[in-house]
Amino acid sequence: MQPALEICNLSKSYGPATVVRDLSFAIAPGEIFGLLGPNGAGKSTTINMVAGVGRSDQGSISVFGHDTRRDYRTTRRLIGVMHQEIVIDNFFTIERALAIHSGYYGVPDDPRWRATLIERLGLGPHLKKPMMKLSGGLKRRFMVAKALIHRPPLLILDEPTAGVDVELRRTLWDFVCEINTAGTTVLLTTHYLEEAEAMCGRIAIMNHGRLIALEPTTDLVARLGGRRIILHLQEPMNQLPGSLGEHGAQLEAGGRAISVSFAESFDATALLRELARLEIAVRDIETRRTGLEEIFVELTGMTDRRREVGNR
Amino acid sequence: MTENTPENRPFVAWLPFWTLLKREVLRFLKVAAQTILTPIITASLYLFVFGATLGERISVLEGFSYAQFVVPGLILMGVINNAFANSSSSLFVARYIGNILDLLVTPITPSQFILAYTLASMLRGLLVGGSVLFISSFFADLPWTHPLAALAMAVLASFLFSQFGIIAAIYANTFDALSMFNNFLILPLIYLGGVFYPISILPPLWETLSRLNPLFYLIDGFRHAALGVGDTSLATAFGAAGLMALGLFLWAAVLIGRGYKLRV
Repeated sequence: MQPALEICNLSKSYGPATVVRDLSFAIAPGEIFGLLGPNGAGKSTTINMVAGVGRSDQGSISVFGHDTRRDYRTTRRLIGVMHQEIVIDNFFTIERALAIHSGYYGVPDDPRWRATLIERLGLGPHLKKPMMKLSGGLKRRFMVAKALIHRPPLLILDEPTAGVDVELRRTLWDFVCEINTAGTTVLLTTHYLEEAEAMCGRIAIMNHGRLIALEPTTDLVARLGGRRIILHLQEPMNQLPGSLGEHGAQLEAGGRAISVSFAESFDATALLRELARLEIAVRDIETRRTGLEEIFVELTGMTDRRREVGNR
Repeated sequence: MTENTPENRPFVAWLPFWTLLKREVLRFLKVAAQTILTPIITASLYLFVFGATLGERISVLEGFSYAQFVVPGLILMGVINNAFANSSSSLFVARYIGNILDLLVTPITPSQFILAYTLASMLRGLLVGGSVLFISSFFADLPWTHPLAALAMAVLASFLFSQFGIIAAIYANTFDALSMFNNFLILPLIYLGGVFYPISILPPLWETLSRLNPLFYLIDGFRHAALGVGDTSLATAFGAAGLMALGLFLWAAVLIGRGYKLRV
């Protein structure tokens, strides 16, 4: 089966600054794929090149087997893109703008599909309002509808939930899951890593234009994740007893807590016995799972440190 | 929800063009007070000044009143100004506020893109020109010696300045820069191009210099078609206007085709 999106050795520079370096990955039809990275990592530049807004210096991009340069009329019809920036046409109402946008794609207006999008994204009560009077959240909802109006089999969402309230985020993700189930492939960038962890089957992480991780979300979290026990103490201590250090314990929160990081399997009995022997009074016990956020910080921080060493 | 696959997707090849054309026409009609009414009022004031007050008292062309002389120039000025204003402001604002992205991600071709912006701008220019023509009929009767040539020159002028508007909108990075195209290029060329006087009454040096003004050929050609007399022949006027239109069209086509300042 043709990949929904295939990027091969993609590079892009703006003057002396290389923003995407030799990037390659493929997304299978039906996936929800997360493309993550800190600001300036090259995610939006990559998306712009896929959507046809930006031009690559090297490499190729194909959408369902069609090259985005040679066969741009086909690939652009197959892609629906919601940009990170608010992109709206202030001259028209939501309903008129959606009909216009469908026409831009060469797709005759389908009032039933338009009504479905309006209903599912909660745009119904705002149809006659001028676009500039809509709230930021409504504008984003409209942009999702706009990206889907021509029924693209590949939907690209660039930071769709940036600055929107919890209810909209939930509504949006429910809808994205629904259209994904119906066959739409989704490429998603977000800064809400818990959303990416919950939504995406696979995740790619970019930093400084390079791909630094690409694997199934569960594998990534299992490989790089871990757990932590935090013991909140009744009385703060100045120094950690040496016997606790042997268990990998560390003092934190100004001596008011002891934390122990461990892999997925860990026998806490020995640690608890040692605490009892030392007569250390524990006020509360907390366990934390290392999520994508910590992994992301760790991975991007690691590449930053490598770059610093390399630049010396 | 219906099945969503890449195959058998409905596609009407010319729909992107028609949609953009419709969008552009709806845009200028939506703000008609600014895009249609204001230029008509401005032209009407000119007509009042030169038609009802001075028009019958002075003459710069033998056999015609000043009102008769000035009306063709005012009609074409309306066409030129509004064809330029439409494509330049619409495209520049789309670039400036970023909603040009809505078009750049679609399968619209560069030729469809240019054609839609051009036709919408021509329509606005000709709509204003037609309105000025209607109002002018209350102030002066014109013989319309070559009506088809007059129409062709108006269409050519609107096409030419639609292209120029596209070019200006691509090169301008600020509203100030865009207004400079109008204030420091188009307006002086219009006023010095023989709208209000025949260049034949100028001293020889200024007459020669006026013949280097590209707008002279549009204005004089249109007036020649309307009155039957002009400072240059219709063939020369059409030849010069046609060459200019072709040159500007090719320039705009290269800019849009390459996505200059649009696709980065």
